[in-house]
Amino acid sequence: MTITSDNSRTYGYEDLPRLMGLMTGDEKHGPAATSTLDVLWVLYDRVLRVTPERRQDPSRDRFLLSKGHGPMAYYAVLAAKGFVPVEWLPGFGSYDSPLGHHPDRVRVPGAEIGSGSLGHGLPIAVGSALGLRAQGLHDPAIWVLIGDAELDEGSNHEAIAFAGPAGLERLHTVVVDNSSASHALPGGIAARFEAAGWSAVTVDGRDQEALYAACTAPHPGRPHVVVARVEPKST
Amino acid sequence: MDTMRDRFAPVVSQLLDENPRLAVVLAEIGKDGFREAMRRHSDRVLNVGIREQLLIGAAAGLALTGLRPVVHTFASFLVERPFEQVKLDLGHQGAGAVLVSAAASFDWPAGGFTHMAPGDVALLDTLDGWTVHVPGHPDEAETLLRHAVAAGDDKVYVRLSVQANQQGRMTDGAHFVTVRTGRRGVVAAVGPVLDAVLAATEGLDVTVLYATTVRPFDAAGLRRATAMAGTDVVLVEPYLAGTSATAVSTALSDVPHRVLGLGVSRRELRRYGTIEEHQAAHGLDARSLRERIGGFVGTDRVPVRV
Repeated sequence: MTITSDNSRTYGYEDLPRLMGLMTGDEKHGPAATSTLDVLWVLYDRVLRVTPERRQDPSRDRFLLSKGHGPMAYYAVLAAKGFVPVEWLPGFGSYDSPLGHHPDRVRVPGAEIGSGSLGHGLPIAVGSALGLRAQGLHDPAIWVLIGDAELDEGSNHEAIAFAGPAGLERLHTVVVDNSSASHALPGGIAARFEAAGWSAVTVDGRDQEALYAACTAPHPGRPHVVVARVEPKST
Repeated sequence: MDTMRDRFAPVVSQLLDENPRLAVVLAEIGKDGFREAMRRHSDRVLNVGIREQLLIGAAAGLALTGLRPVVHTFASFLVERPFEQVKLDLGHQGAGAVLVSAAASFDWPAGGFTHMAPGDVALLDTLDGWTVHVPGHPDEAETLLRHAVAAGDDKVYVRLSVQANQQGRMTDGAHFVTVRTGRRGVVAAVGPVLDAVLAATEGLDVTVLYATTVRPFDAAGLRRATAMAGTDVVLVEPYLAGTSATAVSTALSDVPHRVLGLGVSRRELRRYGTIEEHQAAHGLDARSLRERIGGFVGTDRVPVRV
């Protein structure tokens, strides 16, 4: 995949609203319009050890976007970090664009999985963690981002219940909690993971320093979940 | 005679020793056979517990890191229960795996419909790019398992059954084998139904093809057979009747032809009992097949000897 000339410049967090605006046509598109933006930025800017040049490197960190709905923030971050050309953004969702309303790993450079249907990312992440471990690659971290309502899917519970006792230390989950789940157990997200033997931290999902600290907290012998609470979807 | 499934764990355990890329994923079912392999290769023989969605999702994750996963449980739980995972986590992600099922359409009739999967091949037929092996003998199962594991990153389904023919035949994992030649039609027998088909067609002037790989469908093999025997085709499949009828019609789309699809009926039988009783109830015993095949191709000059 050719990396375009636009890549010669550096993008920062402050550029993301404009990049998202290229997809939505809304130049005023603010960070508050998407629940995942701060988490994605912190991960790609400070946590993940992956670059466009390392996309095929077996020892790269993996980020699996399971919450494939509303991927504009994801595409904006991938563009800002040089995985996809900024020129692709305005074509978002069009027939000739690689960028759909749900991402497709086969078409989006840097996307580790295609997603859209809920509840697929975490089980695949479990398998990726197992696969890296089996090949003696103990260094790469696996990150998967899911939503709080996505957590309703039973497939996620199968993965959570397995990963804790299996001691998948390199597996990390971020649950972006915008209170969109029906029949949610208030305050129960971290408790569910902890009951399965995970390390868990709940933070303000708009506080990038808090997110960074939560994402880099040590968790020997256990998988780790960061519950990132953001403003409710309905507001 | 041992069963196809008896071969599964020993063959795959040996392949685990030889091939560092191979991994096995189980959901409790079948784990006893892999006890020794699990000890030797604890990172590559994985049991996720009774979690079939995770079974397929985890296999996809393993494949995305470069491993070759072999996934095993009963057909109902391997193909039907996590079907969306099969479709998306393997197909849409572009990840490969070898799915190896047991129990087939009705290997355990006393267990009832919960453990029957006559629709598994038809269901996989809604997806693109699957190779489907249906061995009819433990020796063929062993050969086809080796083919499946060696098939790069392909998506392969291997359907094991306790129902089997008396003798194994040479299979190359791709083409139909001509067992008999005749001039009044072609009968294609898939996997374990061959013995019944041979008994049923004894004395009939028909060509009998034997298929242990049904996807991709050997259209060229069928066309060669029909060039000699004519374009009346009977399919006898050990799963849902007519599953391969579209493949036959596509192979013969430019010539007038007739197709009779025999196999397991869609209607739920709601009976327990024995395999033989279920074969008879679905018209898959030799006597029923004789009547239905004979009626289709015409038996007027041939005595019934079944």
